[in-house]
Amino acid sequence: MITACKILGKDVFEDFFRNLANGREVFAPVQLTGKIVWGPIGGAADVDFSLDNTDMSPKEFFFPQSECLMRFKNTEGEGGRVMVPAPPLATQRVLLNIRPCDAAAFRLLDRIFMQDERTDDLYWLDKREKTILVGLGCVNPCPECFCTATGCGPFHEEGLDILLTDLGDRLFVKPLSGRGQALVADLPDAGPQDVSLAGDVAAAAAALVQRPAGFEPKKLAGRDVLDIYNLPLWPRLSETCLNCGTCTFVCPTCHCFDIQDEVKGEAGRRVRNWDTCMQRLFTEHASGHNPRGEKRDRVRQRFMHKFTYIPMRRDGELGCVGCGRCVRFCPTNIDVREVVRRMCENVEAISK
Amino acid sequence: MKARAEKIREIAKRLLQEGKVDVVIGYARGASPMREQPFFARTPEEAGQLTWSSFCVGNTAKFLVQAAGAGERAGVVAQGCASRNVVGLIVEKQVARDKVVVIGVPCLGMVDSRKVEARIARSEGRRVESVAEEGEELVVRGRGFEKRLKRKELLRDNCFTCQHRNPVLADEMAAEPTAATGGGDIDTVAAPWEKLPAADRWASFRETFTDCIRCYACRDACPLCYCKTCFVDDAKPQWLGKTQDVTDVASFHLMRAFHCAGRCTDCGACESACPQGIKVRRLTSKIEKDIRSLYSYEAGMGLDAIPPMTTFRADDSDDFIKQGGAQ
Amino acid sequence: MINPYLPYPVRIAGVRVETEDKNLRSYWLTFENTNDAAAFRYEPGQFAELSIAGFGEIPIGIASSPTEGDTLLFTVNKTGVVTTKLHDMQPGDVMGVRGPLGKSYPLAAAEGKNIVIIAGGFAVTTLRSAMVWLLNPDNREKYGDITFIYGARAPGMLLYKDELAAWRRRDDVRCHITVDRQADGWDGMVGFVPTVTEQAAPSPDNAVALVCGPPVMIKYTQPVLDKLGWQADQILLSLENRMKCGIGICGRCNVGPYMVCKDGPVFTKAELDHLPKEY
Repeated sequence: MITACKILGKDVFEDFFRNLANGREVFAPVQLTGKIVWGPIGGAADVDFSLDNTDMSPKEFFFPQSECLMRFKNTEGEGGRVMVPAPPLATQRVLLNIRPCDAAAFRLLDRIFMQDERTDDLYWLDKREKTILVGLGCVNPCPECFCTATGCGPFHEEGLDILLTDLGDRLFVKPLSGRGQALVADLPDAGPQDVSLAGDVAAAAAALVQRPAGFEPKKLAGRDVLDIYNLPLWPRLSETCLNCGTCTFVCPTCHCFDIQDEVKGEAGRRVRNWDTCMQRLFTEHASGHNPRGEKRDRVRQRFMHKFTYIPMRRDGELGCVGCGRCVRFCPTNIDVREVVRRMCENVEAISK
Repeated sequence: MKARAEKIREIAKRLLQEGKVDVVIGYARGASPMREQPFFARTPEEAGQLTWSSFCVGNTAKFLVQAAGAGERAGVVAQGCASRNVVGLIVEKQVARDKVVVIGVPCLGMVDSRKVEARIARSEGRRVESVAEEGEELVVRGRGFEKRLKRKELLRDNCFTCQHRNPVLADEMAAEPTAATGGGDIDTVAAPWEKLPAADRWASFRETFTDCIRCYACRDACPLCYCKTCFVDDAKPQWLGKTQDVTDVASFHLMRAFHCAGRCTDCGACESACPQGIKVRRLTSKIEKDIRSLYSYEAGMGLDAIPPMTTFRADDSDDFIKQGGAQ
Repeated sequence: MINPYLPYPVRIAGVRVETEDKNLRSYWLTFENTNDAAAFRYEPGQFAELSIAGFGEIPIGIASSPTEGDTLLFTVNKTGVVTTKLHDMQPGDVMGVRGPLGKSYPLAAAEGKNIVIIAGGFAVTTLRSAMVWLLNPDNREKYGDITFIYGARAPGMLLYKDELAAWRRRDDVRCHITVDRQADGWDGMVGFVPTVTEQAAPSPDNAVALVCGPPVMIKYTQPVLDKLGWQADQILLSLENRMKCGIGICGRCNVGPYMVCKDGPVFTKAELDHLPKEY
């Protein structure tokens, strides 16, 4: 079903873009002053293949920071307070030049938002089904990136409909799904030199990604949860954490949220907002009892969730794709690579 | 900078060796370019990791309340603004004077990493991989390029208009005092939007905070924000909505700015912490300007000072309290 | 496709104040749509999110047994915004229910065994569901001895007084109802649940125990069970955590590798012994 790879000259990219944009909204990274963000793209000329990954992940396209789940009339009596779900997405969309780490992150989130028929999150599912992901392999990995150490990589294919490799004056186009295939069917086939060059580019990129020393999360696998939980490194590691929540918000695999009702006059809505396990109030009971009342508990939770608990449930797959955003944006520059290195080091010391 | 770093290490080591403090709160080498990370040195050996550079963009005073809560005597590496926050915390009785040892650092201003990045054409696929300081030059290196920039041109906004670069309270000093101010005129720069008519001011607020994701990094980086439960987190009653509704976002920032009135030292930790690069100081710098003109007061300048928002003086310009409403 | 966030509309059919301090009320809820009633297939031990539009949702254990028909019973403590609003509501008012959620008590797997139920305070709610289910004629014969130990602070704080009276009259249940302190008009046991459990001395042979109560009760009851020889995999506990979505997605009730709302709230003690005590 998936045929050969294709080649797309940048001089004819406009035609391809028009095809993409036909009946769909196209989004791609754009450069603003001091940051790179996801924005709507009106024409092919606005697409910049040389940008690095965006500051905020494109998680918002599937899991908005604030999302109205349902509405109701805020009145007593008959007809009032009846919940009506928010309508599905009105348009089809394309995320153009999404990075493989982010696409892989959303596959991980698929397994959280869609667990079984009775509990599949329709809001997530709707947006995922209506969005095509055209990935761009990373020729210039970011300084904080460590994707190859997490089972991902600059040319990782999971979760993408198409993967593009920038060969300078042309793009090497690899369809990865049925709908990706449909979009590239009319493009000329790639020749053997293109295939070879694309392979070299990908290999070179992977070699550029820094492999953090001592970062071997596999060493945590199979360990008793409480062995890692009780490691003495947690209190000191959490000293400088501000418990702000920035890491969880910039992270493409974080998915915690809060649900609240809001009313204004006779209008009411039930919304969900991003929430963070970093905050003290996240787990606090009405009685005041708080299972994660100490900062150390919350900091430990973040790292164990990504590197122990999720792998336990997902056959060793990590809850982190190595995009490096948390390292870059943490106000106190806490480095996840260093944390995991120390977890591994400490855990090995137990067996000695 | 190197000299300062060495002196800080020497002082911290001595304080820890002599048992004068349980911990020295300073900075250590960061994991990312242009970032140093806060660091708690608890032994003379660990003191060797302390450093100082143009990238110490947090506020060490932030961690004093935590140390006080743990019953620890803390050494704190503090430049002008942070030392004023130390004074503020002592005045607000969050920290005891005899439980703090201030290692004062005369400051030459901190670099704004976003300004450096803006100078490097990211659209050419260039990301900053390392920045070294060589005197007044920043040597910015990335894959396939090296650029030399002038440190002084890339300082954070608040550092340009800093009025107190030397520590106002110090038990030890890591260097000789430097020029007192950053050179910029703080009152002129404080609030460019105050000349706008009211409707345009609101548009200006909206534009400023349009990217806010309610992560609260600004609040959590701020040494003034030590409330056990912040007003934005109250549930009974809940004062603000938690969505990105513009009213709620603006309310959070406006109210937090007012809570900082008469207390803010313009340290810039809030702006440096914001992952969206929001100019959080646009509100507080205006409020502090008003505090200066109404009360002739700057936060954190003296241990005996009484912050104007916590007291009422008989010669206060607002006489409504005395007269029950000036109609 | 089912929207798992959308509550079924239900109507309050009846309200009863359960405790003398009036802080606990029982609500009987009927489904507005028969399809919803048919879809709501639940088992003892599960919970549901009670929804009041404009106020929010709360996770509450289902106190009724599926053997009692389509009406659901919930007993709710007044502690916060949603429960305060609920306590103001009257029969005839409409609200919402989402569920059933969570894993039930593994009663089917326990067929042929003796069942020991130990309940403290407000936590008896889902154990009422279990008891009614077990004592139903279709089920009773499949189990051995049934022991029911339940304690409250005072006689006026006991829930389900009618059911308790009926169970005490039966000869196929060993009932031990106790209160912490003596009170006028009470001729039953006086003593804390751990003490009463020690006196009742339920044997672990071919038995499972369902234990629900406040942390302090669990803390002191566990050593009693240990002394009697109970193994960790014979003891079932129902955890309480802050919850929101109830369907294992929002992360609030995450404890170790589990989401308490989906992988629990019922766990064996053996499982809990390997988990961080974050509940």
